[in-house]
Amino acid sequence: MNNKIKRILPQLLTILFVVLIFGFFTINAQVNMDNRGIDFGFGFLKQEASFDMQFTLLDYDGQDSYGWAYVVALLNTLLVSFLGIIFCTILGVIIGIARLSSNFLIKNSAAWYVEFFRNIPLLLQIFFWYYAALRALPLPETAEPWFGVTYMTIKGYFIPAMIWENLNIFVYCLLASFISIIFIRNYAKNLQEKEGKQLPLLYISLAILLVVPGLSFILGGVTLDFEMPVLKQLSATSYTYEGGIGLPPELIALVLALSLYTSTFVAECVRAGIQGISKGQKEAAASVGLTPNQVLKLVIMPQALRIIIPPTTNQYLNLTKNSSLAAAIAYPDLVLVFAGTAMMQTGKAIEIVGITMLTYLTISLLIAALMNWYNKKIEIKEK
Amino acid sequence: MFKVIKRLTSIVAMFAVLFAFTTETMAAKKSKTLKNTQKKGFVRCGVSQGLPGFSNADASGNWTGIDVDVCRAVAAAVLGDANKVKFTPLSAKERFTALTSGEIDILSRNTTWTLSRDADIGLTFVGVNFYDGQGFMVRKSSGITSTSQFKNGISACTNIGTTTELNMRDFFNSRGISYEPVAFEKADEVVAAYDAGRCDTYTTDKSGLAAQRTKMKNPDEHIVLPETISKEPLGPVVRQGDAVWEDIVRWSLNTMIEAEEYGITSSNADSMKTSDNPQIKRLVGAEGEMGAAFGLDNEWNLRIIKQVGNYGESYKRNIADTGILPDRGPNQLWTKGGILYVPPAR
Repeated sequence: MNNKIKRILPQLLTILFVVLIFGFFTINAQVNMDNRGIDFGFGFLKQEASFDMQFTLLDYDGQDSYGWAYVVALLNTLLVSFLGIIFCTILGVIIGIARLSSNFLIKNSAAWYVEFFRNIPLLLQIFFWYYAALRALPLPETAEPWFGVTYMTIKGYFIPAMIWENLNIFVYCLLASFISIIFIRNYAKNLQEKEGKQLPLLYISLAILLVVPGLSFILGGVTLDFEMPVLKQLSATSYTYEGGIGLPPELIALVLALSLYTSTFVAECVRAGIQGISKGQKEAAASVGLTPNQVLKLVIMPQALRIIIPPTTNQYLNLTKNSSLAAAIAYPDLVLVFAGTAMMQTGKAIEIVGITMLTYLTISLLIAALMNWYNKKIEIKEK
Repeated sequence: MFKVIKRLTSIVAMFAVLFAFTTETMAAKKSKTLKNTQKKGFVRCGVSQGLPGFSNADASGNWTGIDVDVCRAVAAAVLGDANKVKFTPLSAKERFTALTSGEIDILSRNTTWTLSRDADIGLTFVGVNFYDGQGFMVRKSSGITSTSQFKNGISACTNIGTTTELNMRDFFNSRGISYEPVAFEKADEVVAAYDAGRCDTYTTDKSGLAAQRTKMKNPDEHIVLPETISKEPLGPVVRQGDAVWEDIVRWSLNTMIEAEEYGITSSNADSMKTSDNPQIKRLVGAEGEMGAAFGLDNEWNLRIIKQVGNYGESYKRNIADTGILPDRGPNQLWTKGGILYVPPAR
């Protein structure tokens, strides 16, 4: 009995302490807000936002509500995080493997890259890409086309917009080809395990990917047109592009800075993962006649991934949270639009900061859950 | 007998309680913010992150500007020394939270007085120290001389968290012009982006445009368009819930404006004590009990005029002589064709 109390009492006290602290802060906030005549509530989410946003994925207009502005801004944050994660992974894997190359030049340039981008504060890098690098770009009227039809200018990267007819048929065809590729892969795997035969998987997959959606153009009535960006004169000296899609320079600078910065950490994770596999594995694989590429792909990487995934998840989370630095360069993300403009216009500081914190927490937990699932999937399965 | 004593004591106790309450309200009349300020020995004032003419710090960290002068006037009134101010530079986004959370006691940061700000977010505007309106700046070479020449697709740089952002939308929407808003958190970033050619126009309060223009690489290459698209009465703000402090800030500002009206300047204030005009004498603390209601001494207003100067002096020193807006426009006394008109200090 006495022992039981001894065990439970500290826990009870801790809970009491936590509850009291939260209670104190809540009451304190309530009293102070009462004194200043500030109401607490989320009714503002339905009010008209009455400000515009520079770049949105969904339709948004100032007549929409603060709630909708939140959704649209959240999507902008997710877009930056998504693009950043993709690019930093690609770059990180390349650089990480390059650091282990036996080629002196490749090895050392990769090492320099990592040391350079890792050790400069991220905000500074964002400012650099936005103010120094992007600002060095030409004005719209003097821009030379890239690939003939796209224009990189100080006002953004203008690309042709795609105008689809019967887009859904095309998407179904694409889905169908993906599913059939998965089936064929499984079949090929079985075939190899049972009979030792190898199918030219890459060529078969590519062929399916080209032929099936291609057929949809011929038979399914799918058409694709391009709307080209066209130079438009605004005044005697200022121009812009009309038509097509304009990616704002803020987005480009942010994605560039975030992926270059985070890729250094990913590269280190990749290097650590590969080096964590004992030399004997590589030598054994080579001794049974696998090529260096096969050694990496079939023996080293599957094992290294188990070491790489957990720390890389952290880097993805960091990138997502770092994307809030967008506020510094006018990219309309959650922090700039919702915790910035909306908070200013409504004065609902506690509510809005609370929602924003919860949102970032949710995004982080979701990414972590996804990566944990992937980690579980590839971990050693004891038979 | 015993009963009588008991009753008597209860009556005495009742009076004691009542008396205690009355003395309590007398003491409470002395503002909490005032008490804290006097205990700390400095006024905590929120200003901009650098807007020439309004609030701007020089290389050695000295703040100047007409917004700064409001805080200095309050310091002169309540602490006796206009230099006892601690300035906190704030972005447009941070300013109201800093005030409501008690980090600063006066927000004097070219802030527009609007209904929702005054009523919703626990703030009280005490007056107007600059009548302004929103305008547009463009590059001279663009050949644009009026907002009617704006075309679809124009990009406009501005600050977030300002009335500017909302007015801009109203303006472009009512004219059916599609535009690209590029909103930054700091004014310096807005200017840098506009200057580099990211935006075709830069929009904010006209005084702000004039002030920021002086910071640009080549000020002569830019012009401010003549149209004014909104009313922007700028003034100091205090927290809601301390009426005495609110009055002190309000009347510190009013004193500066009224001093100009009666021709009292920092150099002649002392000699005005013997003036024949009772209103002048009241403004320099030589007649009436003008400070008692705030819990201040009687020469609080004299100190403001002597140490900071009247509104006209402040305007000339900060805005006219620096070449930002030499013409006072609406910010002229009502007696001289402007709209500066403050209630009488009596």
